[in-house]
Parts: sequence; C-alpha cells; structure tokens
Amino acid sequence: MIALRDVHKRFGDNRVLQGVTLEIASGTSMVIIGGSGTGKSVLLKCILGLVRPDQGTITLEGQDVTGGDHDAFLARFGMLFQGGALFDSLRVWENVAFRLLRGPKALPKPEAREVAIEKLRRVGLKPATADLFPAELSGGMQKRVGLARAIAASPEIIFFDEPTTGLDPIMAGVINELIREIVVEMGATAMTITHDMSSVRAIADSVAMLHGGVIRWTGPVSELDATPDPFVQQFIHGRADGPIESIR
Amino acid sequence: MTSALGALGRPVLQAIAAVGRVALFAGAILWHMLRPPFYLRELGHALLQIGWYSLPVVGLTAIFTGGALALQIYAGGSRFNAESVVPSIVAIGMTRELGPVLGGLMVAARVASSIAAEIGTMKVTEQIDALVTLSTNPLKYLAVPRVVAATLSMPVLVATGDAIGIMGGWLVGITRLDFNSAAYLKNTADFLQGWDVGSGLVKGAVFGFIVALMGSYHGMNSARGAQGVGAATKAAVVSASVLILAANYVLTEVFFSS
Repeated sequence: MIALRDVHKRFGDNRVLQGVTLEIASGTSMVIIGGSGTGKSVLLKCILGLVRPDQGTITLEGQDVTGGDHDAFLARFGMLFQGGALFDSLRVWENVAFRLLRGPKALPKPEAREVAIEKLRRVGLKPATADLFPAELSGGMQKRVGLARAIAASPEIIFFDEPTTGLDPIMAGVINELIREIVVEMGATAMTITHDMSSVRAIADSVAMLHGGVIRWTGPVSELDATPDPFVQQFIHGRADGPIESIR
Repeated sequence: MTSALGALGRPVLQAIAAVGRVALFAGAILWHMLRPPFYLRELGHALLQIGWYSLPVVGLTAIFTGGALALQIYAGGSRFNAESVVPSIVAIGMTRELGPVLGGLMVAARVASSIAAEIGTMKVTEQIDALVTLSTNPLKYLAVPRVVAATLSMPVLVATGDAIGIMGGWLVGITRLDFNSAAYLKNTADFLQGWDVGSGLVKGAVFGFIVALMGSYHGMNSARGAQGVGAATKAAVVSASVLILAANYVLTEVFFSS
C-alpha cells in the first residue's frame, strides 16, 4: 500500500499541496483527477522522490520512501511520462530495455533486446519499430514505447502521468485499454493522473479528486457519478459554472 | 541608504551563491568520476562529439591565427630589426597562449552550448526525471562522461592546434615574408621548449573541464520552455568563456610569473 499523510509542498508563495492524505491499496488502480495546475504531477513526483515534500510522510508498505536504498525503491516502479520522455539518442529498443541493461541484474544485450521486442509487441508495436529512433515515431507510438518502457522490468507499481494527453480519441482509447489490460495482467498497483474522464472510467478502480492542495473527494469509480460533491460534479461534467474557478 | 546597500548586496550575495552552487556541482562530478558505474559508451560518444568533431574548427582557428601572428610579429619586429624572431615567437605564442585560449574559446562556443542545450532540453522534456525513475543518476550518466571527454580531448585539440598554428606561421613566413623554409623550422625547433608545449596542454585540460562543467551545470539548471533552454545555452557559453580567460591568467601567473 502507498500511504500519504498530510503532505505539503510549496514553490515560493505557491502552496501546491496543503495536506494531502491518501491511501492506494496494493493491486488496485487509483486515478487522481483535478484541474490543470492543481499539483497532480507534483504529488506523483513526491512519491517517487523527484520532489521532496516540505512536510508529511509517504510510505510504501509501511516504509518511509525517503529512507533506505532509493535505487532499490525505484526499481519497484515503472512510470509513463506525459510526453513519453524517451531518450532521443537511443533507439526504441534501448529505451525500452534501459533498466534491463543496467544495474547489478543487467541482462546481456541480446536478451534485453528480446525482452524489449516482446514488450513492444505487447503494446501493439511491430518488432521493426525496435531499431527506430524516438523522433521517427508518431505521438501515439511514442506513448506506447513509453508504456513498454514502464512495464519492461515488470514493476510492482506503475505511474501514468496524463497517458492520453495529445492523442486523438481512438488512440486515447487504445492506450486506456492497454493500461487497464496490463495492470490487470501484471497485478500491479497503478496510479494515474489525468483530467480525461474517458481515461478515468476505463482505468480506475478508485478515484481521488485533488483540489485546493487537498484530496477533495475519494471513492470507488462506481460512486463517482452519484457523489453530491459540487467540485466533483462540476469537474466530471466539465461545467464552466460552479465552485471551481475557471480562472486559476 | 539602506535600500542602496540592499541593492548592492543582493547581486553580490547571488553571485557568491552561484559560485557556491557551481563549486558543489564540480565537487559532485569529481566524486562521481571516481565511483562506478562508469558509462563507457556515453564516454566514447562524448569523445567523438567533443574531440573529433571539434578538430576542424580548432584547426581553422589555429592556421589563421598562426598566419596573422607571423605577419604582426614581423611588422613589429622590423621596427627594431628583429624580424628573425618571427618563428620562435609564433611557436611560443601559439603553444603557451593562443593555441589553448583560442581553442578553448572555440570549443566553449561549440561544445558548452551544445551540452547545455541537449541537457536543458532533456530536463524540460522530463528525460532527466525519467533517468531518475530508471535508477540512473543523471549527473553520472550525462555530465560525467562529457566532463571527462572534454578534459581528455582538449589537450589533444590544443596540441593539434599548436602544430597547425605553427604551420600557418611557417606558411606565411616562407610565402609572404621571404623566410627560408629550413631556417624557419630550425629556428622554431631551437627555441621551443618542452614546457612551452606542456603548459599549453595543461591549460587545455583545465579549459576542457570548464567548458563541459559549465555546459552541464547550466543544462541541468535550465528553466522551463524554449526560453529557459536558450538562456541556459547563452549562460553556458558566456560563463565558460569568461572562466577560460580568468583561468588562463591564473595558470599563466602560476606557470610563468617567476
């Protein structure tokens, strides 16, 4: 289980997180929703240790994420970045097999390439893609490669940062389905941040809404539409009028 | 009065803080240089990019500088019948000063900008964050190979630039200044000492370290967006160039002041 207790983070005068408390049960898929600039990515980066919280604790299976061997901690994670974040100078298969080629448990190159091609196939890409460079791929293909990289080392926990941003609805649907299939198949714990409601419905077991630096609402996805919370209702229906200011 | 002192003090404190940050960054790079893992493939790639591909620009700079130096020394020397010093002064000038300094500045323009832009772009496109999540230290993977490659490449580039610069002086000497080719070369060889060349190579190594250090530092600290990467690139070239000139003075003082 990933547990956040009273997590605060500010950048200068901007208090982004103002006491986030949240639990993500092992083997479940949690989706964090919220408007742009509400701190969803910051929250995710706090868990990964990319951003240090000013206050509060984050634990994974009861262990504080800031202590211990950070590399070993990160080895349990896979992450799909919003823009893919593929390494331009490396071929697609080298991007996918990046973790497999390094560290104490590094695989020999041919074996790592085999695994990479298998993962590419899993996300619907042909083996011929393996030898291309990221710049030669479309946005949707880059997202799939990013997904293949995230699952390459069979992590226990996978984070998805805006997985469908910038994709057409069909490609977004394909990515959503892939994420759901992979998470179920691997039995992984998943945390997705998005403001795409079709992603929420396709991926989530449970949903949390981040607003004003705190978790405004959390519950099973089946209860999302029925909740009377005006913030959630405004957000999921995309209304301009409501308690959430349109100018932030 | 207080506000005037505050206005004066703020940039001074900022400058001191910046020097401290660069010093800590340099210390971290030196620390990571000595500790595994070592990324040999990235080092090889950096050697090619920084060393091999800088040869044309360093060579062209050197040949024109050597030629112009010969013309200037001849013009100055002729005022007191000392035209014969052209070969020795060209050789000493190229090896001790112009080879390393101009080579360093040209490499700063070419390499510091490229390193800052590349790492800065990686930062704004979250590739640096991706490296961290893949249990790879970005400093070790991105900065250390570039700093090592620049430190190793620059002495070779300086030595090549020295040879080409002296050749430029010789070419101008025999074609424009009526020097005898064999006498020019003998004069050069007789007057040039090992430390003239050695001091330039040491300077080259220091300048190479500065170039890659500033490129990496500004790239890693790039602000968001195209403007942020542009500013990082500019800051890398300016700071590397100024530091090269400052380091050149300090090294010249240390090597030759006695």
